[in-house]
Amino acid sequence: MATVKIPPVLRPSVSGMSEVQVEGGTVGEVLRGLAGEHPETQDQLFSTAGELNRYVNVYVNDEDVRVQEGLDTDVGPGDTVVILPAMAGGD
Amino acid sequence: MLQARPVKDPRPCCPDVIGVIGNTPLVELKRLSPKEGVRLFAKLEFYNPTGSVKDRVARSMIERAEQEGAIQPGQHILEPTSGNTGISLGLICRLKGYPLTVVMPENVTAERSELLRMYGAEIVYSEGAKGSNGAVEVALEMAEKDSRFYMPYQYGNQANPDAHYYGTAEEIIEELGEVTAFVAGLGTGGTLMGNGRRLKEHDPSTKIVAAEPLQGEDVQGLRSLDDGFIPPIIDISLLDRKILVSNRDGIVWTQKLFYEEGIFAGVSSGAIASVAARIANELDEGNVVFVVADGGDKYMSAGLWTKSVDELEAVDSTVWW
Repeated sequence: MATVKIPPVLRPSVSGMSEVQVEGGTVGEVLRGLAGEHPETQDQLFSTAGELNRYVNVYVNDEDVRVQEGLDTDVGPGDTVVILPAMAGGD
Repeated sequence: MLQARPVKDPRPCCPDVIGVIGNTPLVELKRLSPKEGVRLFAKLEFYNPTGSVKDRVARSMIERAEQEGAIQPGQHILEPTSGNTGISLGLICRLKGYPLTVVMPENVTAERSELLRMYGAEIVYSEGAKGSNGAVEVALEMAEKDSRFYMPYQYGNQANPDAHYYGTAEEIIEELGEVTAFVAGLGTGGTLMGNGRRLKEHDPSTKIVAAEPLQGEDVQGLRSLDDGFIPPIIDISLLDRKILVSNRDGIVWTQKLFYEEGIFAGVSSGAIASVAARIANELDEGNVVFVVADGGDKYMSAGLWTKSVDELEAVDSTVWW
């Protein structure tokens, strides 16, 4: 099971939890598993085409999956999947 | 007996302080380099006149707007910033005769407001809980409502990455020749895009690595994910790695830079250094270059160098970069 960290903006859709355990061998499987358990997250995480929503950043451990294999990026059982909103950077 | 040191290639005298911007030192960090055979270099951007890399960007944006005839002295400049770009614009606008208003989150360090006031800028504070997103939102609304304002808009202005394409990256190539990996912070994306494009043109195998702040939950005040923001100048396909760094790790490495290498840098530079050291550790040989975006003086009030990271307050609710 991977640990998925939920950002504050998504918590109302996952009964207020800040992290959940989800099965899956890739980022896509983990996020679809999360959406299966908590259907309100589906439209926030995915576009209608099933791609990752443009304003959602997903990291396996601390590396952004968009510069890896996207939804096909491998997730190991002890890994942490971090979901974050795309925010303006500083300076 | 002391002897005079020979002066090598002295810079010509500059007509004003704006002419001093750029040509910053590149320094090897032997104490922090994790492996023999892998050399770690820091590009010290706090040598710019206001102490940050943003002097390059502010000069580039204002001078391009002048060249294009978009502004002339007296025009009111407006910009969203978490501090450094505002301070750089403060210097340049003051010398060139442009009134300046900056929009900045209310939870930045006190030194930033003080410096902006010194340069005569007007400050509009945005809601701290919205981080830099809030500042961008407020500035865009102000610019839309009031035609007096000219907004350079660092998040969407090609003159931002161009300052690095034609400046920082050229200097690094000239100073070092081979760059195995280049690491910089991801804010507007200007440093990574401009350097990334030029360094990959020079050597397509150069890895471009983004160090990204893991913002504390207190500054993630979005109502929905669709309120997210991606700076228009960012082309993520140019990045080889994008790595999150916590504020805590950033602070620990800011202290390491100071105590082990004598480099008095800001928190983003500590975060960037931590990623550079990690990349260096993954290599067998080569040159890893990272950008020290600003100096430590704007963070003195936070007590970063006198307290341990566990004693510091508001580590996750402050906008550090």
